[in-house]
Order: sequence, then C-alpha cells, then structure tokens
Amino acid sequence: MYSRQKTELDRLQAKVAKGNMSRREFLSRVSAMGLGAMAPGLYMQSAMASPKHGGRFRQGVTGGATSDVLDPGQILDHYMLNVQFGQLRNNLTEVAPSGELVPELAESWEGSNGAKTWNFKVRQGVEFHNGKSLTSEDVVDSLNHHLGEDSKSAAKGQLGGVASVKADGKYGVVVELTGGDADFPFILTDYHILICPSNGDGTIDWQSGVGTGGFSLVEHEPGVRTLTKANPNYWKPNRRFFDEVETLQIADSAARENALRTGELDAMNNVSPKTADLLKRQSGINVDSTKGNKQITLPMLTNVSPFDNNDVRTAMKYIVDREQWLKVVARNYGELGNDNPIGPANFYRATTDELPQRQYDPDKAKYHLKKAGLDSLNVQFHAAETGFGGSIDAGQLMAETARPAGINIEVVREPDDGYWSNVWMKKPFSACYWSGRPTENMMFSTVYAGDAAWNDTYWQNARFNDLLKMGRVETDKTKRREIYVEMQQIVHNDGGTVLPLFLQDIFATNDKVRYPDVIAGNWELDGCKAAERWWFA
Amino acid sequence: MSSLLKVILQRLGLGLLTLFAVSVIIAFVVELLPGDITEAILGQTATPETVAAFRKEIGLDQPAYIRYLDWLGGILTGDLGQSLASKRDISEFVGTRLSNTLFLGGLAAAIAVPLALLLGLLAALYRNSIFDRIVNFTTLTSISFPEFFVAYILILFLSVKAGIFPGISNVSTDLAFSEQFYRTLLPALTLTLVVLAHMLRMTRAAIINLLSSPYIEMARLKGTRPFRVIFHHALPNAWGPIVNVIALNLAYLVVGVVVVEVVFVYPGLGQLLVDSVSKRDLPVVQACSIIFAAVYILLNLLADIVSIVSNPRLLHPR
Repeated sequence: MYSRQKTELDRLQAKVAKGNMSRREFLSRVSAMGLGAMAPGLYMQSAMASPKHGGRFRQGVTGGATSDVLDPGQILDHYMLNVQFGQLRNNLTEVAPSGELVPELAESWEGSNGAKTWNFKVRQGVEFHNGKSLTSEDVVDSLNHHLGEDSKSAAKGQLGGVASVKADGKYGVVVELTGGDADFPFILTDYHILICPSNGDGTIDWQSGVGTGGFSLVEHEPGVRTLTKANPNYWKPNRRFFDEVETLQIADSAARENALRTGELDAMNNVSPKTADLLKRQSGINVDSTKGNKQITLPMLTNVSPFDNNDVRTAMKYIVDREQWLKVVARNYGELGNDNPIGPANFYRATTDELPQRQYDPDKAKYHLKKAGLDSLNVQFHAAETGFGGSIDAGQLMAETARPAGINIEVVREPDDGYWSNVWMKKPFSACYWSGRPTENMMFSTVYAGDAAWNDTYWQNARFNDLLKMGRVETDKTKRREIYVEMQQIVHNDGGTVLPLFLQDIFATNDKVRYPDVIAGNWELDGCKAAERWWFA
Repeated sequence: MSSLLKVILQRLGLGLLTLFAVSVIIAFVVELLPGDITEAILGQTATPETVAAFRKEIGLDQPAYIRYLDWLGGILTGDLGQSLASKRDISEFVGTRLSNTLFLGGLAAAIAVPLALLLGLLAALYRNSIFDRIVNFTTLTSISFPEFFVAYILILFLSVKAGIFPGISNVSTDLAFSEQFYRTLLPALTLTLVVLAHMLRMTRAAIINLLSSPYIEMARLKGTRPFRVIFHHALPNAWGPIVNVIALNLAYLVVGVVVVEVVFVYPGLGQLLVDSVSKRDLPVVQACSIIFAAVYILLNLLADIVSIVSNPRLLHPR
C-alpha cells in the first residue's frame, strides 16, 4: 500500500475507532481510495480494535500549584485529582464512564439496618506499589484519615454522617452511619477518599504516594510536573495501556494549545470555549467535549433582605436570558439550567414535563416584584473570574436584561484572592460554580440541605429537608424518583439559587490518542482517568 | 585599592540592612492581604472546622510578630524553614527553581549583552544611517510590546509554523545539558528582545555623547580609524553608564520574568513566587523575595564597582 494511502486509512480508522464516522461513510471513503474489496474487513478491524500497550502519555492540565501535597484529603483541584485519583490510587467504589456505580477496591457491599450499617468486602490479592498486600486495616485507616477533630480533609463534610469505621477480619470493613443513607457507596467514589497503605498505628502513609493504582510515582515536582510508570501488577483487567504518564501543569491556555499543536503534549484539559473552534480546524488535533453536571450558579442569600422574599428570588430567576448566556459565556458548549442543580449526568433528573424550562421573561419578573410590594429593585452582583470564568461579562448581560423588569443590577468586580472566603456566602448575590455530584442526595446534601456547611444561600425549607432524609433511606426506585422530582421542583420554585447553565468540559488530543466510545463526564479528561482508560494507536 | 574594599564592605553592610527591611515589609504586606493560607488553600471547600484544624497544625494561631521572629531566627542560622503548604524544606525546592531561573537569565544575558553592545556601537558609529534607524526601530518595537505578546509571536513563527523549537520549555533535572539549552533558547530569545533596546540605546547615547568631546576630535585629527576611536578612546570612558543599565537589565532577567515563565511553562523562581503569594505561603514568599533582593543588591554593587574601577576619579575621592 502506498504510504499516503496508509496515512489516510489510519486517519479514517481512527475516526471509526472513536465513533466519529459511520460505517457507510467509511466504506465509501475507503472504496474511493481503490481498496473497495478490503473495506468491510478494515471497518471491523478499526471498530473493534483492541487497545495497544505502550508509549508515554503526556497530558497538560490545569489546577496544579507549588503547594500541592500527596495527601488525598487535600486534593483541591484538577491536577492532583488527576495524579492521585486517576493514576496512583483507587477508591473502594468507582463511577463507570456510563455513570453507574461499580466496584473498585471493594469487591462487594451490603447495606442493612435501614441503610445505617454498611459491610464492605475488600478485594483480595491486590498489592500496593511497594509490594504490601491490601487488607481491611488499610481501608479503615484511609477512611479515618478524613474523620475526627484534627482532620483538615476536604472530604470531612462528605463523610459527616459516619459514626465509626471498623475492620471485620482481614478483608471485611463495617461502616456505621448516624443516619441511613442508601447512597453511601456512591460517596466513597469521591476523589478524596482514596485508599493508602496503613502505617499500622491508625495513620496512613500518603507522603510516599504509594497506592494500588495503575501507575506508580517516579517523580513529582508540585506545580510543575509528575512522572509515573505503569504498575506491572495492576489488578484491573483491560485497563492501563501506557508505559508512562507525564503530567504537566500548564496554567496558560494558549501555552497548552501551543504545546499540543507542536507535539509536546498528547492531550490537554480545559480548552477555552472561545478558542475550541479554532483549535478544531488544526489538522492532527481532535477536540471533544463531555456532558457533566458542572454548573454555574448565582447564589442569593435567603436570610437577608431583599432575597428573604421568595417573590424577589423568583423575579431574579426570570431576568436572566439563559439562551444568550449559553452563547456568550459557554459558546454553546453547555445546556440551559433550570434553577435546579440536578444535571444531565444524574439519574433522577426531572423531565421538562415535570419541571418546565424557565425562560427569560421580564413581565413575569415585574409581576413577582409587584407581588413582593416593590416597583423597582437595586441589587449588587459580586463577581470575580474565580467565581466562574466570564462572570463579570455575564453580570453585565444580566444587568441589561434586568432593566425592563425594573431591576437595576450593579456589577461589582471583586478580587480573585480570597473570593471564596470574603465574597461567596458573605455578599447577598454573587457568582459561583459547582462541579456537580453523581447522585441527587450528594448534591442536595452538600449545597442545599438546611444544615449543610456549604448551603451557600442559607436556604431553609422544611419540606425539602424532610424529603432529603426520606430519600436517603428509600430503596424503592419509583418512590425515590418521586421524592427527588418533588425536591427539584421545590428548589426550582423556592430555592435561593439562580442556575443559568450547565457547562461541558472541552478537551483536546492529538491524533495518536485513542479513547473509548463512552467516556466519563464526572470529571475532566474521562473522569480524570484518561491515564488508565486511554491508549495510543 | 583599599578604599575600593572599604566601599564594597560598606555596600554589603547596607545590603544586609536592606534585606532585613525587605523581609519586614514582606511579612507585613502578606499579613495585610485578605485571607490566610488556610482559606487560600482550602478555597471553596473551606469549612470553619477544617480551617481551624489547619491553622493549628501550621501554627497560624500564633501572632504574626512571633512567627516573624521564628523565621528570622531560622534564617540567621542558615535555615530557610519549611513551606507552610507542603511541609517541604524550602532550600530543597527553591534551589532547583533558582538554578533554572539563573540558567534562563544567564542564557538571555549571554545573547543580549554582547548583541546590545555590538549593535549600540555600530549604531553610534553609523548614527543617523539607515542601519541606525532600522536597529532603533526594531528594538523599540520589540520592547514596546508586552512580553507575552513577543513570546506568542515567537512561538507562532518559530515553533508552530517552522517547527524549529518546542512550544513549551518544560525543562527538568533529568534532561541532558544540550536538551535543556535547546528548550530554554526560545524564552531566552524572548527576553533578549525585551531587554535589548534599553542597553543598546544607552550604549549608543553614551558613545555619541563622548564622540563630541575634544579628545575624540583630537584622535580623529591624528587620523585614527573610526573603529579604533570608538573601541580605544570612547568606550573605556562610557563603561560607567552602560554597565549600570546592563546591571538593571540583568536583575530584570532574574526577577521580572514571571510572564515569560508562565507562557513557556518554564519552572523558574517567578512562578514559585506567584504561587506562594496567592497561597499566602509566607516562608516561601520570604525566601524568594530575599533571593530577588539579594540579586538586585549584588548586581548594583557590581555595576558600581565597575564604574569606579573604570573611572579613576571615583577611585580616589577627595
């Protein structure tokens, strides 16, 4: 075969492998190359190509800092999430690319006593990178790492309902909760709750970076670069194809794109929606996006005037032109939000029949304002790029569309430094984002429950809080759906959050990289697990 | 020569005093910034309990002046302390970063200084010619653009289009020297374009200034060739101002390259300082600032010494 034909054929096969080309198109293109007789066979070959082993995967990612540590409780951004959760270590349970819960280091589990007692069976024959065998002691100490008064773990809140964690023999772990929670195994998929080797005295060894993951640590320079190499004893079948993974912290998006274009990188996360279409036009570069629950929100503090009045809150929900935001803020890489945090990757999301899409409607806003006894309203919108990218421009847009309703919005630019401590949850109306949670219960418990630490609107709704408790222990799927749909309706109608958009994650790879048809949307780069799920052609 | 030694010792003493003042100011200013390290690190995930546990662990419950005195005690015994965020010894990771920064700055200086001197001399020699105009115009253009723009233009043409250089300069310790040199060349070129104009124009102005003095006229009347007039007669007297500008630019190459480091993903000291300020990691901020201040002081001292040595009048003050 001529080499030019070969390159073209490789390109077509790659498209098929990624699901970007139909069988029909492939056959006609290959026939045009004069290879008609071979075409069907070639199609099968590429559609079912089994991943190849080898190569050094170089990914450029954001969110790393010189202050990063290997402590799983202190994972705060994408870089360490990718390194620890995606390469070095495993959880007890895992969210599969399809969104369902699958076993990871826990082979199986069982809830009893009204979902208050959870028995986990730890997988046998798993070895840490240093040769130590995984036992229940490692699991117990790893969970306890996030509990207790002295813990500064970011997962402390997630595990707030845990009363005790105890070993039951060499491979059994029993977790007692203070209240029932049918979704508890889902919580254990959280990227902080990674299993590290125990020191034998109740603490874990996180400093060495040793885990059970597909890659072991070779070199780690915080905020700059991490090099890992394949774990030869990795227990997961049909995973981990690269020999080495090099992760580079690249904060500047133009630098990331340049590096990808000049062949210094194989993949990058966080493609700016503004440049995604330009990048797409480059030959040899593939730009793709995943739908997840990442959402931008505008929390209004419901315990202070004027937002303590639900009519004012509802008026605010009507003055945002969501279609326009989708175009301007997300460049169409997203979908409309409906003032409801349950997103495209959740299971019990309300349908548009159950919860019709709220549209921009200044007349309705005016009507609700009047109902609250107001002719006009002056509010300040506090925003910084840290809140969400483009929030200041979006605020200006909102100020324009609010004017016909008699609402005057002044956009206040806040400093990025200290934004989460001094503005968010402090100023009555601000900009924020959430990456979303895999289950309804986790999302509501984290941000909307009356007693949640991050209840960022100080919203108290008795019915909602009751339903949340009922939903946690309910195991019947139909009843659960009813509960969660009603909760979504309550948040939509009474909650303190304007939720204008769900955002997609955009990533780019060069044409050597292959990935499965279904990729995860819970975190960037295939759920941050590109290292163990992707391969080279 | 003993008076020169006295000057040096005096300057070094003053330098130490400056360093002390810098450390006090830095400690005070970081204290003024909104939020502390616990809030900066935990960010959106901060809850009152985790913040309290974190503060206690790193000793932030102590008043600021006690923490400062602790740090001062450490540094006087040669101990830079530990990063609050990662608990790593600062000397351990600042060392690599510093050598990276010095390598980049050194490479840029090795290109920029001779080039600036040569072009400056030629521009003075052929002043108001087409050559002079072109040199002035191009260097002024390159200094007028922001650094990141110059960097992007170089990346676009030299790495994306022509493919001569890599798009990022991610050097690491396991690279061979030649590879490190090759990867550092593009950011060094960017810096060269940024600092060239300043030094070049000072050289040109200093030489032109001298060319109108009577002794140069005398040399010319004797029939000395123009090149010899400049190298032999004018340049020795022009060193003072030129070296001062060079010193300032060299200092800039070490302390002012944050933007270039970010664009090229070069793991230098500037990036570390920015990271540490945004995380309020005071000991690391202090260590970087002291290093930067010391570089400034030493380079300026060096410039002064060169001016004094090159000008005997300063060597024997009345």
